[in-house]
Amino acid sequence: MSKKINITINGVVYEVEPGLTILEAAQNAGINIPTLCYHKDLCVAGNCRVCVVEIAGQKRLAASCATPCQENMEVLTNTLKVRNSRKHIIELLLSEHNADCTKCYKNGNCELQELAAEYKIMSQDLIDLVPYKDYTIDMFSPSIIKDDSRCIRCQRCVRTCAELQGVNALTVAYKGDKMKISTFFENSMNDVVCTTCGQCVNHCPTGALIEKNYIEDAWEAISDPEKHVIVQTAPAVRVGLGEEMGFEPGESVTGKMVAALKNLGFDSVLDTDFTADLTIMEEGTELLTRLKKALVDKDINIKLPMATSCSPGWIKYIEHMYPEYLGNLSTCKSPQQMFGALAKTYYAKARKLDPDKIVSVSVMPCTAKKFEANRPEMHDSGYRDVDIVLTTRELAIMIKQAGIDFRKLPEKKFDRLMGDSSGAAVIFGATGGVMEAALRTAYEIVTGREVPFDNLDILPVRGLEGVREASIKIEKPLENWAFLDGVELKCAVAHGLVNAKKVMDAVKEKKADYHFIEIMACPGGCLGGGGQPIPTNPEIREKRTKAIYEEDKNLSIRKSHENPEVIKIYKDFLGEPLGKKSHELLHTKYVARNRY
Amino acid sequence: MATTYNLKRADFIFRNENDWEKILNRTLQRDKTELINELISSELKGRGGAGFPTGLKWKLASESKVQEKFIICNADEGEPGTFKDREILTKVPFKVLSSMAICAYIIGAKQGIIYLRGEYRFLKPDLEKTISEFEYYCNEINFDFKIKIFMGSGAYICGEETALFESMEGKRGEPRNKPPFPTNAGYMDKPTVINNVETLAHTFTIFKYGATKFYDLGVQFSRGTKLFSVSGDTPKPGIYELELGMSLQDFVDEFGDGDTKAVQVGGASGFLVPRKRFGETAIGFRGKLTGISLPTGGSMMLFNSSRSMFNVLDNYLEFFREESCGQCTPCRVGCQQLLIGIKAVKQGSKPASYLDKLLKLTETMQYTAKCGLGQSVANSFSSIVENFREEMIY
Ligand SMILES: Cc1cc2nc3c(=O)[nH]c(=O)nc-3n(C[C@H](O)[C@H](O)[C@H](O)COP(=O)(O)O)c2cc1C
Ligand code: SF4
Repeated sequence: MSKKINITINGVVYEVEPGLTILEAAQNAGINIPTLCYHKDLCVAGNCRVCVVEIAGQKRLAASCATPCQENMEVLTNTLKVRNSRKHIIELLLSEHNADCTKCYKNGNCELQELAAEYKIMSQDLIDLVPYKDYTIDMFSPSIIKDDSRCIRCQRCVRTCAELQGVNALTVAYKGDKMKISTFFENSMNDVVCTTCGQCVNHCPTGALIEKNYIEDAWEAISDPEKHVIVQTAPAVRVGLGEEMGFEPGESVTGKMVAALKNLGFDSVLDTDFTADLTIMEEGTELLTRLKKALVDKDINIKLPMATSCSPGWIKYIEHMYPEYLGNLSTCKSPQQMFGALAKTYYAKARKLDPDKIVSVSVMPCTAKKFEANRPEMHDSGYRDVDIVLTTRELAIMIKQAGIDFRKLPEKKFDRLMGDSSGAAVIFGATGGVMEAALRTAYEIVTGREVPFDNLDILPVRGLEGVREASIKIEKPLENWAFLDGVELKCAVAHGLVNAKKVMDAVKEKKADYHFIEIMACPGGCLGGGGQPIPTNPEIREKRTKAIYEEDKNLSIRKSHENPEVIKIYKDFLGEPLGKKSHELLHTKYVARNRY
Repeated sequence: MATTYNLKRADFIFRNENDWEKILNRTLQRDKTELINELISSELKGRGGAGFPTGLKWKLASESKVQEKFIICNADEGEPGTFKDREILTKVPFKVLSSMAICAYIIGAKQGIIYLRGEYRFLKPDLEKTISEFEYYCNEINFDFKIKIFMGSGAYICGEETALFESMEGKRGEPRNKPPFPTNAGYMDKPTVINNVETLAHTFTIFKYGATKFYDLGVQFSRGTKLFSVSGDTPKPGIYELELGMSLQDFVDEFGDGDTKAVQVGGASGFLVPRKRFGETAIGFRGKLTGISLPTGGSMMLFNSSRSMFNVLDNYLEFFREESCGQCTPCRVGCQQLLIGIKAVKQGSKPASYLDKLLKLTETMQYTAKCGLGQSVANSFSSIVENFREEMIY
C-alpha cells in the first residue's frame, strides 16, 4: 500500500492517492478546472494549457492535467493570475479559430464555445489570424468532414486514432504557426487508411471533425408523399440517445425513441435487432460449416479463425492492414446491410410496395455505417440497399428540430415485420455481444441444449478488458455434429482497433488458435461508437453497457433462433441459413486496400 | 550593484587534449561519490541553456536504481549564429567523449549518444573515427561503454532535451511535460543525463585540474569560464572563452565598434541590454549579485546605432513563430500574435497602447508555455519593447 499524499487546494487540505494529478485531485474534491486537450480516454498531452493552476512558491503556472500531486503542495485554482492566463489562452485559441459559431455544426456542443462563455470573452483585442491562414475543409469522405479552420490543435483526434485505434490516419504536420492536423501526404480522409470509425469525431472538442450529416436528406424523404420511408435503429442507439435528450447516461429509451421516430413521420419504424438475429443465424451456421469443413473434410482452404463482420470500421481496417486475412472474415453483411437488402425485397413484397419508392434510413451509433452503405457492392436488392445513414446525434438533432418533448413521449413498440428482437440482438451493441449471441445459438444447434451458463449470461466474453478470451467445450453433441464432440471452441473478443491489432498479430504469428473472433472497431463496442453522443468516456461506456445487458435480461426471447420473425422469414422467404437467397442478399465480399 | 570582473580571457576548453587517456583512466579509478562531490563543489552549471547544476544532475541520475541509463551529449546547437559546440567537437572531441565516459561510470550507463545537429553532418565521419579510437581505448582498460551518433532533423526545438528524446524515439520533436525529469525518465523513459557539449568539455577541465581551479574562476553563482559567440556589429566576430562575471561595459569596450547601442545577450531567447545599462549588467547566471542573466548558449550580438530595433525584434519573432513546435497554445498562437501585433502598431492599425497588451501576453506565455522556448519569448520581447518603445511605434 502506498502512502497517501497531503495536498492543499485553495486552502483546504486533501488526502489523495499518490500518482494522482492536480486535475484529478481537484475533480475529486469537486473543484472544476477547465480543460480542452484532456480526455479520459487518452494519454495526457498538456498542450492547450487552459488547465493551468498556481503552485505556491512557483512563478510559472502548472498544467494541472500533467502535474502529479506532491506532498504538501499548495495549489490555487482561482487566482487573478490563473484567471487572466486562462482567459488569454482562450482568446488566443479564438483568434486562430474560425469562430462564426452560428454557422458551425457543433454550435451548442463545443468545448471551446463553452469556455468562451464561461470566461465571458466579450470582445477580441487580439488580431483575427484566420484571414492569414489557408485553412481547408475536407468533405470527400462519406462519413467525416475535417474543417481545419475549427481546429484548436489539441491533438485529441491524433491521440484517439493512435492510442484507441492504432490506425494513425491523423498526424501532426509542420511546426510553428503552420502546425496542423493532417494525413499521409495531406491526402483527403477518403484516400488514406482512415477506417471512418469516427472516434476522432467523438473526441473532437470543437467542430473540426464532424460527421457528414444527412439530416436534410432524411427530412426531404419524409416529406415526400411518394416515398415510403422506413427506419431501422441499431441496438446501441437506444442506450445512447437519452443522453442527448437530457437523460442520465445509462438510461435506455427504446420506447420513447420509437415514439419519436413515428412522430418524425417515418412510415415504418423497425429494428436492426431483427437482422442482428438474422446475422447470428447466418454467421453461426457459417462458423459451424467452416468447422466441419476444416475438422472433418480437412479442407485446407477453410480459413480459421472466422472473424465477425458487423463492424464496418473493423472491415475497412482489415482491408487496409491485414488484406491477407480477408478470407477469415465472415461473409455475412452487417445487420444494417442485411436489413437494407431485405427492406427492398422481402419487406417490399410483403407490404406490396414498389421498392423504388422505398427510402431506407438507418440510425446508427456509427459513422462508418455511412461509408458502408455507400460501398458499391451494397446494391443486392437491385437498389441502393440503405439510402440514408444517420448517427445517434443526427437523430437527436431531428427530434429537437421537430419540437418533440421527448421526456413526455409515451413509449411505443416497433412496427412488425422486421421489428422483432431477441435479447441476443440487443447485446450486439456491446463488445462481446455478437460472440455471446452466436454462442447461445450455435451451442444449441449443435447440442440441442442451452449454453452452460447461468441465465444464458456468458460472462467471460463480457466486460471492458481490451482483449478477452473464452472457450466452451462441446459435449454430447447431436448426431449431425458428432465430429464436434469434445472440441474446445476457442474464442476471442476485442474492441478498439488497437486491440484488434493485438488479436490479429497473435493470429498472424500463430500464437493463438482461435476458432472465432469478434472484433468491434470502437472501444466498448457499438455503444461507444463514433456516432454516439459526445462526450463518450470510460464511465459513460460502462453505464451504457449496463443498460444494454439490462435490456437483454428483460426480454422474454433471448436467443436469435427463437425470434418469431426470424423463423418466419426463413419459412416464407429465405429458405435456410446460407441458402441461395441468403447468399444473394445477406452475404458479401471484401476488397484489399493499401496500407497508406 | 553586481560584482564584476574586468574582461578576462581564458584558455581551458581548447587547450590540448593529448592527455585524455591518462585523465580518463585516472578518473575511472576514483570513488563515484567523491567525483560527484567534486563536480558539485565546482559549481559548474549547464552551458546549454537552463543552467542546471551539473553535479546535481549526475547525482540524481546516479541515485536511480533502474538498470539501463543513458548519457546524451546535446550537440544540436540550433541558436542562430552560434557554433561553439561545433568548434569543441572538431578541436577537442576527446574531452567530450571522456566526460561522457566518466558520467557513464558515475551513473552506471553503458551507452552514450551524441545528438548531432543535422547541419553538422559533415562532422560525422571524423567524429565516428574519433569515437572508434575512443571505444578501442575503453575496451583496453576494460571499461564497457559505447557511443553512437544520432543525427538531428534540423528543427530548433529538438535541442530542448525532452523534444530531443522524442525525436530520438522516432516521434515528432515535441517537448514533454515535466515532471518527470530526464534524470528519472528521459530517453526511452530511462534515467538520462543530458548535457551540452560545452558542459562536458568543462567537466573534463574539472576532473583534470580539480574543482578548486574551476571554482576560482568567475564570480559567485557563475563559476568558471564560458565560450561566447560574438557577432553583429563588431570588428572581431568569433568564439572567445571568457571568465564569467565580467561587466557588459567591459565586454563592449573590447568587442564593440565604438557605436554599440545595445547587446542581445543569450540569443533569441535572451535579453537585449541597452547602452545605458552596460555598466550595471554582469554576464553570468541569474543570481543575487548579477544584474542580468546569461541564458542559453552564450551568443553575444552587438548592435550599433544604424540598426532598427524593430527589425531586430521582428526577426526574433519570426524565428520563434516558425521554430515553435506548435503544440501549445500560448507559444504557437502567442508568437503569431506578437509578430502581427508589432507590425500593426508600426503601421498604425493598432494604437501604441497595444504594445502593453502584447507585453501582458508575453507574461502569460512565460507563465503558461510548456517549454523553455515559449517561456522565454518574453525576454527579448519585453527588453526590446521596453527599452526601444519609440522605435516600435515610429
Ligand atoms: C528551445 C530550446 C532549445 C534548446 N537547444 C539546445 C541546444 O541546441 N543545445 C543544448 O545543449 N541545449 C539546448 N537546450 C537546453 C536543453 O533543453 C538542456 O537544458 C541542455 O541540453 C542541458 O544541458 P546542460 O545542463 O549541460 O546545459 C534548449 C532548450 C530549449 C528550451
Ligand atoms: S512552448 Fe512552444 S516550443 Fe515549447 S512546447 Fe509549447 S509550442 Fe512547443
